[in-house]
Amino acid sequence: MNGSSRPRGGTGKKSNRAKSEARLGWLIAGPAFFIMLSVTAYPIAQAVYDSLFSFRLTAPDDRSFVFLQNYLTIFSDVEVFWQALGVTLFVTVVTVAVELVLGFGLALVMHKALKRIRGALRTAILVPYGIITVVSAFAWYYMFDINSGFVNNWFSWVPGIDSDLDWFANFPTAITIIMASEIWKTTPFIALLLLAGLAQVPDELVEAAKVDGASWRQQMTRVILPNMKAAIMVAVLFRALDAFRIFDNVFIMTNGSANTEVLSLLAYRTSIGRLEIGLGSAVSVILFICVLLICFIAIKFFKVDLASGTDAKGGK
Amino acid sequence: MGGSFGTPHGGRPARVVGAALAAGLLLSGCSGEEDVPVLTWYINPDDGGQATLAQQCTEEAEGAYRIETSLLPADAPSQREQLARRLAAGDDSLDIMSLDPPFIPELAEPGFLAPVPDETAEATTEDTLEGALAGAMWNEELVAVPFWANTQLLWYRESVTEEAGLDMDEPVTWDQVIEAAMEQDKLLGVQGTRAESMTVWLNALVESQDTSILVDPEARAVDLETNFDTAEGEKAADIIGTIGTEGLAGPGVASMDENQSMLLFQGDNGSFMVNWPFVWAATKAAVDEGVLEQDLLDDIGWSQYPRVDEDTASAPPLGGINLGVGADSENQDLAFDAIECIVQPENQTEYFITNGNPPSSESAYDDEALEEDYPMADAIREALANAAPRPQTPFYNEISTAIQQEFTPISGVREDSTPAETDSFIVEVLRGERLL
Repeated sequence: MNGSSRPRGGTGKKSNRAKSEARLGWLIAGPAFFIMLSVTAYPIAQAVYDSLFSFRLTAPDDRSFVFLQNYLTIFSDVEVFWQALGVTLFVTVVTVAVELVLGFGLALVMHKALKRIRGALRTAILVPYGIITVVSAFAWYYMFDINSGFVNNWFSWVPGIDSDLDWFANFPTAITIIMASEIWKTTPFIALLLLAGLAQVPDELVEAAKVDGASWRQQMTRVILPNMKAAIMVAVLFRALDAFRIFDNVFIMTNGSANTEVLSLLAYRTSIGRLEIGLGSAVSVILFICVLLICFIAIKFFKVDLASGTDAKGGK
Repeated sequence: MGGSFGTPHGGRPARVVGAALAAGLLLSGCSGEEDVPVLTWYINPDDGGQATLAQQCTEEAEGAYRIETSLLPADAPSQREQLARRLAAGDDSLDIMSLDPPFIPELAEPGFLAPVPDETAEATTEDTLEGALAGAMWNEELVAVPFWANTQLLWYRESVTEEAGLDMDEPVTWDQVIEAAMEQDKLLGVQGTRAESMTVWLNALVESQDTSILVDPEARAVDLETNFDTAEGEKAADIIGTIGTEGLAGPGVASMDENQSMLLFQGDNGSFMVNWPFVWAATKAAVDEGVLEQDLLDDIGWSQYPRVDEDTASAPPLGGINLGVGADSENQDLAFDAIECIVQPENQTEYFITNGNPPSSESAYDDEALEEDYPMADAIREALANAAPRPQTPFYNEISTAIQQEFTPISGVREDSTPAETDSFIVEVLRGERLL
């Protein structure tokens, strides 16, 4: 869509062409919209409904309506729920922050790399992201496992590491490995998003800054970063949502022991492990609301513009 | 076939004959098999023994039924999850299921298991060892058929016991085991990972003092009471906590399952280990392959599970597999016929020899072929007679998970606080006041 097709002045009536384009848009996107709604809205509605019951899969006759009791139980549970929420937020904040720094570094390298090696470089950097999360979780687990891992042997010269160190027995070491595996795997994703942002910064602006005698630091903080803000915020939002739903690494490495339980693992253990459909649905609904909140906060307060950089905004 | 008919210039007639013959073969093959009802047997992973038995019994049935196996996930909790979900959804393909004993009440209580006919019960449990039989009961009724039974022994290194001056022909206590390991700076093979093995260990320690974890296993969720905050519970916590705080199980105890504790026991610092009999076959295989030395195998001895009190016989853990029939199965009668075939004592013996899983039937131990591969068969039979099942309740999974959370890592177990906390934790969880 280009500028000429937009209604002029903002308040005027839409032109016939604009109307028919809108209709065509609905015709094309409508079926997809409907299908998306039915495959996402239906399970969510079902979970909300189930969360109002006390219901165990292996006691089908004991199902009873308890209204918000499940939520009360969950919110009053400091040791399990609030702790899991705390760990989840901690993992989200730390991994996103670290990945942002690392990812920006990688994006700069890729951006500046010679044309000849650019393709190979991008592929190399993307490899971890291409590995299935559960596979990478196993790889990290076996690396650090006290019985089968090689890390304790190879790095015994590092202070604090010796053959008796069980990485997954204590919270600080266990959560470090969990976060490290997460960072290793998803930094390429952030790097790619930031690379797209870097490519959007007009060369003229950087050239002009150079001519004016701006240092590298000034070029970064005054020209490049402000122009990349939209890309950075999109990267942060996407990764934050992803990190908040962390599951595989924790499931494989500790299964929640050493206080490393996260919200999605709690939802899984309650509904699938304990077969407590009501309580488990309530945890899932809370998880869903948390994700919505993150989106809301990002869009409302940090003004993440999901449409920027796409044609939907009408140009660059 | 193609070779004999497909002469270069054979042309159409040859091809037509070939096609007709092939079609005829296909038709006869299909019609023969279509009439035969197919029973699906959901099996836990093993070394192929159940698939072999399925084939044997299919042949013995002479066309009455055909058994097909379907593999369940590797660990017991995942097996339970899948079976419970399918049963709750009314899946009619669950003709025969290999069930872990502690999960049976949970499936029997809501009526997910078809009742065992009297004649099947009579035919299959005539000489079943007492412990194994208890694991197949719920509400004083037989709800599944014992197929094989499992129990733990105390495995020891003769060099260590000799040095400690222990007479292993007499029963030993946990205190003696701990002391011997401590004095010689050796490590104990126990299972300290956050998994069901923790419940197995704790339950055995409490049961060895003639007490049960649950006051009344058949109580409803809101009325259920546990027995940890007692002298017996404290003694059990004391044993686990001492091993943990003294570091007697090695630095990796927090992630040590049955296999890991076997590897520790096989190492230079091994002394004692409580574990299932599979470790014998595994160690022997490793020696045959040249991975381990023959000296090690010669150094390994076995005796009954350690006692807690000197004067009370130990109650070792009970494991194994029972066979159940789904309540929605369309072939229940045939399924029970098939089960009668599967669990015959001679099949159990065969399964023991080939797969290392001990029989639940007493007479299955009489086979002399056993002596060569499993010289500890008699010790296993004796242990199975004394074995105590894990708490038989529909809420076993909850109780077990709570125990795992409170008793791991074992270095954090304190006799004066852990039992009492476990008591209140389990009660609150079962009343729906807390998450797990």
